[in-house]
Amino acid sequence: MSGQSGTNADLALGVRARSAVETAMRIVFLIAACVCVLCVGLICAFLLANGLPAIAEIGPLKFLLGLSWKPGRNLYGTAPMIVGSLFVTAGAVVVGVPIGVLTAAYMARFCGKRLYRLVSPVISLMAGIPSVVYGFFGMVAIVPAARAWFGAGKSVLTASILLGIMILPTVIRVSEAAIRAVPDSYYEGAVALGASHERGVFFCALPAAKSGVMAAIVLGIGRAIGETMAVIMVAGNQAVVPSGILSGVRTLTANIVLEMGYAADLHREALIGCAVVLFVFILLINLLLSAVKGKGART
Amino acid sequence: MRRGRIDPVSLALRAVTYLAAAAAMAAGLGMVGFILFKGIPRITPSLFAWRYTSENVSMTPAMVNTVMMTAMALLIAVPLGALAAVYLAEYARRGSRVVRIIRMASETLAGIPSIVYGLFGFLFFVVALKWGLSMLAGAFTLSIMILPLIMRTAEEALLAVPDMYREGSFALGAGRVRTVFRVALPAAAPGILAGVILAIGRVVGESAALILTAGTAARATGSLMKSGRTMAVHMYNLSSEGMHIDQTYATAVVLIALVAAINALSSWAARKAERAMTGGGGG
Repeated sequence: MSGQSGTNADLALGVRARSAVETAMRIVFLIAACVCVLCVGLICAFLLANGLPAIAEIGPLKFLLGLSWKPGRNLYGTAPMIVGSLFVTAGAVVVGVPIGVLTAAYMARFCGKRLYRLVSPVISLMAGIPSVVYGFFGMVAIVPAARAWFGAGKSVLTASILLGIMILPTVIRVSEAAIRAVPDSYYEGAVALGASHERGVFFCALPAAKSGVMAAIVLGIGRAIGETMAVIMVAGNQAVVPSGILSGVRTLTANIVLEMGYAADLHREALIGCAVVLFVFILLINLLLSAVKGKGART
Repeated sequence: MRRGRIDPVSLALRAVTYLAAAAAMAAGLGMVGFILFKGIPRITPSLFAWRYTSENVSMTPAMVNTVMMTAMALLIAVPLGALAAVYLAEYARRGSRVVRIIRMASETLAGIPSIVYGLFGFLFFVVALKWGLSMLAGAFTLSIMILPLIMRTAEEALLAVPDMYREGSFALGAGRVRTVFRVALPAAAPGILAGVILAIGRVVGESAALILTAGTAARATGSLMKSGRTMAVHMYNLSSEGMHIDQTYATAVVLIALVAAINALSSWAARKAERAMTGGGGG
């Protein structure tokens, strides 16, 4: 501090310049961080601004509960697609969740290190395979098999099986992490009290990992309801409420991709309305996810 | 415990667990095996011809487009995501309101399905900004899609950098910005790279969002403002036209090989990141 006045001034100047750079960069970082907020805002604004007027014009009740989707005759009832999305998602959960959670338990507590090194890359590969490849596999393998066994090709069933396989990696990875996060002492306590290995895992470690497993299931649901290309290729895409597990089905996502290419005016806006409905589902799923996670953090 | 008699409940639980794991493996390996088995014999040189015609349905233009699309999306999303992560990891106070909002936004983005991104990209980039169906619109749409992934992995990588690195830098008289760019970011680079590779995987596999924003033109594009299809979109078009099932199998094989390569690269990067952290922190 007790230097010449010249160096002091230089130092002060340097410090000031540096603090200007510091402040400027801080703002740059903050702006970069706010871009994702901006993106969410833009997505909401564009979907709502383009979708809500159409829903209002059609009539919210007619739009959500109407049973016939016939753009040629100005009928825009999305109930078949909403029901279709829910059916297919429920089917994916029925197929994928039990297998996924049990496989996660296997990977976390049953399989040896060497086997794990074989199983784990397969799950990663499944997570990385594009949905068109899944869809194509469903088209050339699952659909013909379903036709041979059940007499019906593209249907709720084939879509559920394919989506069930597609959500496996998500369900497995997240549940596996949750089961691994349970302290070993829980399992050891159970075994010390005379429980078998299986009882220790399933009646002690797995219940303790409940919130993580629930999060895995919710993430799987999100993936299933948002899936588009694979579903288009195996679901049949008839815009009617499916009468059973073997009838064809069209989901909200499929509806958008199939008709967006040639839609105009009210038809196009009604499709954006479908995306709004889908978006609401996703927001509900996100809320559910944070509720599940919050519950896990508290206990 | 295994020495005594095995009770039926345990036995059943074990059987069910093993069966489920076998089913999951069978689904994954069965699908990959089926496509490789059917597809590899169907790979022909004409599929890699430089020019696309409706006879050879060459995938080379789609490959070039995929590389371009990936590069553009990364060029936009990686700097943005890394800078955002710097703010979250190095500047923001934990739990402040700004951070909560940013985190909520990025979690929301991560949960949005690709078809909604596609529709947004169509409404915003294609229609409102009048870019038309173009590679650029597709790249911007995908960059928003991968932004939360890059932000999260970069933030985790930055948080894993030991504080003593920063303290050392401050002690040597470096300011905050210099510490970020010369110390924290380089140390976090392997972790950020692992996130980038994951993002590449998502871009390569994406189709729904691209059909609505980049379109499905089959020829190689000379311009960013023209429509072009990536590998995944190319494969969807082939399979939905239904005229070229053999070529679709072959294209699927190439896509799976690509994904396997990306996965191998990603686990290599993750290992490297882990080693960098434990090696550096532990001394």
